[in-house]
Amino acid sequence: MALSGLDIFKLLPKTNCGDCAVPTCLAFAMKLAQKKAELSECPHASDEAKATLGAAGTPPIRLVKIGGANALEVGNETVMFRHEKTFFHQTGIAIELRSSDGTESNRVKIQAMENLTVERVGEQLTADLFFVTFDSENGEVFLDTLTVIKELSTKGVILNCQDLTVLKQGLEILKENRPAIYCEAKPAEKIYSLAKTFEASLVLTARSFEDLEARSNAAVTADLNALILNLEAAGFGKKLQHNTLLRRSALQQNFKPFGYPLLTRIKGATPVEILAEASLQICKYGSIVVLPEYDQALLYTLFTLRQTIYTDPQKPIQVDPKVYAIGDPTPDSPVFVTTNFSLTYFMVSGEIENSGVSAHLVVTDAEGQSVLTAWAAGKFDGEKIAKFIKDIQFEQQVKTRKIIIPGLVAQISGDLEESLPGWEVIVGCQEASDIPSFIKSVELT
Amino acid sequence: MAFEIPRETNTGSIAEITLGATSEQGGTRSHTLTLGGSSSLPFHFFEGEQPHPPVVAMEVFDSVPTKYPEPLLDYYRDVIDNPGEMAKKCVEEYGAELISVRLEGTHPEKGNKSVDEAVEIVQKVLSSVSVPLIFTGPSHFEKNNEVMKKVCEVTAGENCLINYVETDNYKTIAAACIAYGHTLVAQSPIDVNLAKQLNILLTDMNFPADKIVMDPLTGTLGYGLEYTYSIMERIRTDGLAGDKMLAFPMLVTPGYESFNVKEARAPQKDYPDWGDLAQRGIYWETATAVSLLVAGAELLILYHPQSVEIIKSKIAEIFAAEGGE
Repeated sequence: MALSGLDIFKLLPKTNCGDCAVPTCLAFAMKLAQKKAELSECPHASDEAKATLGAAGTPPIRLVKIGGANALEVGNETVMFRHEKTFFHQTGIAIELRSSDGTESNRVKIQAMENLTVERVGEQLTADLFFVTFDSENGEVFLDTLTVIKELSTKGVILNCQDLTVLKQGLEILKENRPAIYCEAKPAEKIYSLAKTFEASLVLTARSFEDLEARSNAAVTADLNALILNLEAAGFGKKLQHNTLLRRSALQQNFKPFGYPLLTRIKGATPVEILAEASLQICKYGSIVVLPEYDQALLYTLFTLRQTIYTDPQKPIQVDPKVYAIGDPTPDSPVFVTTNFSLTYFMVSGEIENSGVSAHLVVTDAEGQSVLTAWAAGKFDGEKIAKFIKDIQFEQQVKTRKIIIPGLVAQISGDLEESLPGWEVIVGCQEASDIPSFIKSVELT
Repeated sequence: MAFEIPRETNTGSIAEITLGATSEQGGTRSHTLTLGGSSSLPFHFFEGEQPHPPVVAMEVFDSVPTKYPEPLLDYYRDVIDNPGEMAKKCVEEYGAELISVRLEGTHPEKGNKSVDEAVEIVQKVLSSVSVPLIFTGPSHFEKNNEVMKKVCEVTAGENCLINYVETDNYKTIAAACIAYGHTLVAQSPIDVNLAKQLNILLTDMNFPADKIVMDPLTGTLGYGLEYTYSIMERIRTDGLAGDKMLAFPMLVTPGYESFNVKEARAPQKDYPDWGDLAQRGIYWETATAVSLLVAGAELLILYHPQSVEIIKSKIAEIFAAEGGE
């Protein structure tokens, strides 16, 4: 049953106390209606509100956090396809550390993970979690590895340890970090109480929908609700189908037992197979992927794919407005100008590079819009470009006084010459792909 | 309440398109390949059919691309200048199911090879491999028309996939395809409406609806993949919902696009955080291919033998599990 924001608002205290971290009750009601918040976040909700909102008040896929200060949040998705709205919480990328590898080898990987941050179109991309497996004779290396993580990193941890005594010691080490406990089979009663004591989330593994449903229900009965589901499947197609069905049943049928984020341990005979399997999870509803090895090129590829899939389709990806050096430009090299829509930038910079000519590429702040759209919205005209060039003191950095504008906005050339005294404006080609031949045909500096 | 599989059924299905022609059908290919025919989203066997697995093509060239990266060249160094031999290697060693011959060297600014030179290469590839063929013309209207008209003529009856036409330039090549019995790629710039419009224009000139493959235009990972991915999902959803003018198999070009960008070409010493270059190129192409496969691609033109191997094995894995074709 779907309640509108206003229906929900009538049930709230209307005190605008802000205790739910939303400034007003109306705003909170709207979030509830969009299933982006839970009624339990309001400490003053009446019993009537709780009863009425009930199931309607919780999101169809629960948000789960793993970690302390730098926690990963997954779940709380609302659509099947990114074009319907957007995907909200990026797939968490975890690296597996095994106690059989030894503490020193694990320390190297932990440090490498901690140091790995790659910038791409203004975002810092990084891996999120450690998945620590106990697979050695005694618990020492396992526990030492957790201590090293605590020392060096703020990333969250998933504990894969079927020995309950060692698991408890591990949880003690990470006690402020709200880790997750990975259960490879039906969890023992004791695990529920450990999860409760240490506020850990629980990864439930099963090999059939029926078992998964039963385990999810049992955990909820034990009063746990920070759950993550791992439905093991053989084969690429089955994985796609299972993830699709789990998300569909949660979103469209509001089937509570499957209303949680999904985790997959990636297996592959080769690094390329690992990449292919992880790519599938990122595209189709995987909330956490556990990679068996640390591989920098593979991580960079997955980071970029994750950014691709989780980008809000309604907001264009932007690059930083500034002057980009293409090749090895000197103060006499030609000057091109374009907008900061990422695709526009990539195409223009790529084609200038293709021409083999070094150049300055001035990328103005057009709020991420492409050339024509930005021009139509008044964000890429003579005045704006001139102001940008003056603000960044570009005139002091180059000797040339010719500037090439995109052919699609030939009409701004007069305006730009007026606003930028001393410069000659050259109207360039309309398509980026024509830049190499354009460069050959014109005197640019 | 126990779990029940939430099935969705569609009213439409994707057109079935056959490529190539055997001697009985007036060609010289050893077999044909069929694309399309699905009645559900990719690999949703629990609610529909997908009679034909997606296929993987590889590409040879009339002139070596200037940006062809070193790690890729290592696989082809001995044959890169010889499209016939390269095609053979792709089919026999790397398992290409089709060969695309890219004739970009005929572009007036990229070598300006003559129509006769193009024809010679086409014939060489035609005789060196027996798989169905794709011919990819230059990105130049007049030259594309001139070259492809002749290519269509000399390959008459082979039912090749002629790549490509777009809204501003389709009549000449489409007419040649009708005259000589070929299938056509309708390319549109990452836009559902423009894709549909071009298919309407083609069928309005009586172009047969069972001879169209759509190219929604591939943006590779990090360079517009987000647009291609979602446009393909929308095209496929609309096609399955009954919009016949969007219900055609889709072609994508992860190889050409991926090996054109910095991420597949820049050495690790320039970008230490990006990891090993040789692996990165394969990863870039494979991640692009996997995502487009699940978005609905039925024909993928790939470059790296390792990408081909993994994509083919994943497709086989999907269909083996279903006892499909």
